[in-house]
Amino acid sequence: MALKDFPLDECLLQGNASCPGCPATIGLRLVLKALGRKTIMVVPACCTAVIESLYPHTSFDVPVMNIAFEAAAAGASGVEAALRQQGRTDITVVAWAGDGGTYDIGIQALSGALERGTNFIYICYNNQIYSNTGIQRSGATPFAAWTTTTVGGKTEFRKEMGEIILAHHIPYAAQTCISYPEDLYCKIKKAMSIKGPKYIEILAPCPPGWRFSMDKTVEMGRMAVDTGAWSLWECENDVMTFNGKSKLILEKKVERKPVEDWIKYQGRFSHLFKPERDEKRLKAIQEHVDLLWERYRKCYVKI
Amino acid sequence: MTVMMDTGNRIAAKAAVMAKPEVVAAYPITPQTTLVEAIAEYVARGEYTGEYICVESEHSAMCACIGASAAGSRTFTATSSHGLLLMHEMLHWAALARLPVVMCNINRVIGPGWNIWVDENDSISQRDTGWIQFYCSSNQEIFDTVIQAFKLAEHEKVVLPVMVNLNAFILSHTSMPAEIPDQHVVDEYLGKYVPKWKLDIDNPTTFGNIIGPVHYYKVRRAMQDAQLNAKKLIPQIAKEWSKLSGYFHGDLLEYYKCDGAEHILLSMGAIGAESKIAIDELQKAGQKIGLARVRVIRPFPTEEIIKLGKQADLVVIDRNISVGLEGALFTEVKAALYGESDAKATGFIAGLGGKDVTYKDIETMCRKSMKGKAKEQEWYGVEE
Repeated sequence: MALKDFPLDECLLQGNASCPGCPATIGLRLVLKALGRKTIMVVPACCTAVIESLYPHTSFDVPVMNIAFEAAAAGASGVEAALRQQGRTDITVVAWAGDGGTYDIGIQALSGALERGTNFIYICYNNQIYSNTGIQRSGATPFAAWTTTTVGGKTEFRKEMGEIILAHHIPYAAQTCISYPEDLYCKIKKAMSIKGPKYIEILAPCPPGWRFSMDKTVEMGRMAVDTGAWSLWECENDVMTFNGKSKLILEKKVERKPVEDWIKYQGRFSHLFKPERDEKRLKAIQEHVDLLWERYRKCYVKI
Repeated sequence: MTVMMDTGNRIAAKAAVMAKPEVVAAYPITPQTTLVEAIAEYVARGEYTGEYICVESEHSAMCACIGASAAGSRTFTATSSHGLLLMHEMLHWAALARLPVVMCNINRVIGPGWNIWVDENDSISQRDTGWIQFYCSSNQEIFDTVIQAFKLAEHEKVVLPVMVNLNAFILSHTSMPAEIPDQHVVDEYLGKYVPKWKLDIDNPTTFGNIIGPVHYYKVRRAMQDAQLNAKKLIPQIAKEWSKLSGYFHGDLLEYYKCDGAEHILLSMGAIGAESKIAIDELQKAGQKIGLARVRVIRPFPTEEIIKLGKQADLVVIDRNISVGLEGALFTEVKAALYGESDAKATGFIAGLGGKDVTYKDIETMCRKSMKGKAKEQEWYGVEE
């Protein structure tokens, strides 16, 4: 579906309280265009609680239930069960959480809801940090990235949430990025057409968190995909396919760019370049991405 | 009407199912397990047709109840001890979100060390969450209170969650007869749940977003008003139920042989039941002592306690301890009396860790207090 054909209806209202260049608002706007008005959102503690704006105002034109940090998937389970009892299976229940609320504090509730076959869409907008609390490390923060709690750079690699989700063998799981609106839109639409638990993760490059200029949000997402630091894929009933640029990279039809091409534009990695190049860590970052792609080819897809 | 000879847990499950919640979400913990197992049996037999979500933790159980209740459905759960403590954050959430969730809590010791017997520290330490809290002393009372809990929680002047407490094993696993009314009696009493507000795609509202001090202050005030409304409504709701079922277990308190009493014993839960035998024995021996069994600790029955303080000196038994102070009921009773009565009050800690408290023990505590030999607060049955 082409951008020009997206619905004009906006369920994310103007004048919300997000930062300039915020990827979460780009994601929310697109997601809500795909979901439409027959949607109930469950939002745990994350930047979106701020984007909603201050009571008695709201920037959402669909019903929203805020819930505690670790609780999005469990809260959504309850909403979904109630709607089913009420015969309202026409309504889509969506949990919308950040990477902290998904990879870390919310992983138990998420895993439980997936295992129980809850009929909902869980969306993680991943900006690779605890951004709402002021840029702290999360399980999604990449190796060597600066955060306020990893001042010299994170010493561990991020966990591969996609693979954790795949281990649940749910009917639909996907990775996308705010820089690819058609990809994102189609994945939400597909998730809506499937019964059972659906998981979609959206890479959301955060200007203040990653330390780049607020006009570069979309570009930063594209570079992540070009370098293979992030990939676009979907997995329907255990059949995994890569999409767009990631498909071409997987099939080796285009060359995967060096990860350095992505990280050199982000202030959170600047200590790897100044005062001198940190070859050891730069190499480790590249090797980690190389290994991930090897695993994709070996374990997840038939080429 | 039928008579059900069964355990407190299974009778609580019967009441919960007869209230027809659309969603039950629960996680097992000893000694609550037989309650959720009983609900699973109702599901298997097709006698409960609502959603039964077997979640992966008590925290998620309460979250799922919150979600279901916010979506406009009647909801129920049950837990105990560590499960209740794991829910703590969401207990506050349910109350602040004004969701009429009903929950049974089986009062059990908190670890370490591991101990599954009765102790009321689990629920007593949740007093400030905004939940209404009942304490039962018989299986019949458990049935009747669970039914009444839905009525109270969903009342338009309350709209708060309600916790029905029953003591581990002494009630949860002990068979006693309970009269179960016909389904239509419960249906007629409770009616269908019509939420005051809910997640509604035709009226999109954002619940629980960022709120400034001025509005938050009002939210807290409204919760307090709702608890005070509940205090007025509990006697009315109990009376309405007694007209239909024939059972009345008291309202905020249950008074037992208090006429002419110069001392009044205040106790809760299973000790409350045992206390009746102690009062019978003491009165037989010519002692002027009665019992006021505290059924509801939130909202706190301040006015009723003041009345008792104007009539008699008070003896309070707590199966809990606010470490660093004293038994919680004792503290609250004295706070109620402040400036209103010069009644003498003595407090006993008894039965922690599931230590048995017999009517003889209760008699001993009462006699010591009546003779004026008890210190203001004492530990009963602990070797010094």
